[in-house]
Amino acid sequence: MNNVVEIHDLRVEYRSREFGQRSKLAVDGLNLQVHSGEVFGFLGPNGAGKTTTMNVLLGFVNATSGSASIFGVDVREPIARQRIGYLPELTYYYKFLNAQELLRFYARIFRIPRAERDQRIDTVLKLVELDGARRRLIKTYSKGMQQRVGLAQALINNPDLLILDEPTSGLDPVGRMKVREIIQRLKEQGKTVFFSSHELGEVETVCDRVAILHEGKLKVEGRVSDLLQQYQCNLENVFLNIVGYKPQS
Amino acid sequence: MSSSTSWVTSRNPDANNIFAIAGVVVKEMYRRKDFYVLLVLIVLITLMLGSVSFFDDDRIVRYLKDACLLLIWLSSLVIAITTAARQIPAERESRTIYPLLAKPVGRGEFVAGKFLGCWVACGIALVGFYFFFGIMSASREHTLPFLVYFQAIWLHWMCLGIVVALVLLGSVVFAAPSSNATICFIVVLGIMFAGGHLNTLALQMRGFRGEVVYALYYAIPHLEWYDVRDFIIHNWGGSGLRLVTHNIDWLVWVGASIYAALYTGMLLGCTWLVFQRRTMTL
Repeated sequence: MNNVVEIHDLRVEYRSREFGQRSKLAVDGLNLQVHSGEVFGFLGPNGAGKTTTMNVLLGFVNATSGSASIFGVDVREPIARQRIGYLPELTYYYKFLNAQELLRFYARIFRIPRAERDQRIDTVLKLVELDGARRRLIKTYSKGMQQRVGLAQALINNPDLLILDEPTSGLDPVGRMKVREIIQRLKEQGKTVFFSSHELGEVETVCDRVAILHEGKLKVEGRVSDLLQQYQCNLENVFLNIVGYKPQS
Repeated sequence: MSSSTSWVTSRNPDANNIFAIAGVVVKEMYRRKDFYVLLVLIVLITLMLGSVSFFDDDRIVRYLKDACLLLIWLSSLVIAITTAARQIPAERESRTIYPLLAKPVGRGEFVAGKFLGCWVACGIALVGFYFFFGIMSASREHTLPFLVYFQAIWLHWMCLGIVVALVLLGSVVFAAPSSNATICFIVVLGIMFAGGHLNTLALQMRGFRGEVVYALYYAIPHLEWYDVRDFIIHNWGGSGLRLVTHNIDWLVWVGASIYAALYTGMLLGCTWLVFQRRTMTL
């Protein structure tokens, strides 16, 4: 099986800027593989190290030790990001542009030829259902529309790997359902999706495999169906169990 | 695995990303109101001054040109500093820097794109400002020294290149865009007004202090060299609706351009070095 993402002994330490303060260990010896064509859920409570791991994969943060690669290319090389699409959590895209101009800008970065560029923009705008609002300035978009234009920019290069950071965060149930449908459609097209979310019901529905991180360490990794069978409960309870949550009553 | 189409299989780092990023910056400038407001202000103030006749002095056109050029210089500095100061902080604040840098864009390309965008935007604004100035001046004097105007606009633009690069460096060093803009404004105006006199000052000082001031004189970019308003105001470059021969010495002009390019490159290099080391945490 092809590994799209490979992480070996990843360790990320943030040095404190304040004198005398100890550095913070964000990720501790993480080993992870994401296989081609699967939807992989990356879970963990806030501060578990999910975003730091994503930051390493995207080249925003350098690892203290260990290595990470995407499609076999070291993540420190900009070329590693050629075949990926990334949707950050809650981004406010250039408000002086409209959706079409925004996508044209990102398409230009991927050197998509002009004729193909317009076709690709049409396809992604239809996919995220923003075709009718393509010439409206982004500043007039609702939160859900902003998130969908974000998804459109992540898909503009027809990526083989999609990295989504809380893609349904802040969306209403209809918006969430739409994003979920898009992820399902991408999976059917054979794309690999790596996403973090706190919506465990959604993760249970769309993911093939999950990894649960806690305090920088990988606690569990496996197929969703196997975990549900092993723990005899839903994914939310599996998660709470693994992170050691005990109800007070 | 599904394979991507051919256009995403190879990439060479080149000017494509820089031009794409610069294009967005230019688009931002012409969709914001800053430039239009400043142009209208220059036009109104100059027209108001032009309508007044002081003591029936027929040399009033010189004062008019002086006032108009001063406004153009101030406005161009406002545009250059405010546009450049907000670029990188605004990208971080709105988080657009993350999807951008998650694409095959190097940080050096990002800095270069932002610089080019701001510089070109300043150039467009300058053409607008000087176009009005040319019309105003030609309507009063019935002369249009094209070559001197071209040299003046070029030198002005090169000067703004240094200013934009300086402000971009400030924007990766200082946290708040407002403090960066204020500091850069003070530094730029300080250099323009006092930079050329530092060597004279150093001569009057003794010992270590004098050496420090001398070192400062050689270290700062001499922006005052690019202010050739007197050439235009007093028609030192000749007159008449023809290409003049008595313009700014071309050797000086080329030298000043190289000097500006070197300083701009050095400041951008520093910006890239600082920005490269920045951890981009979401």
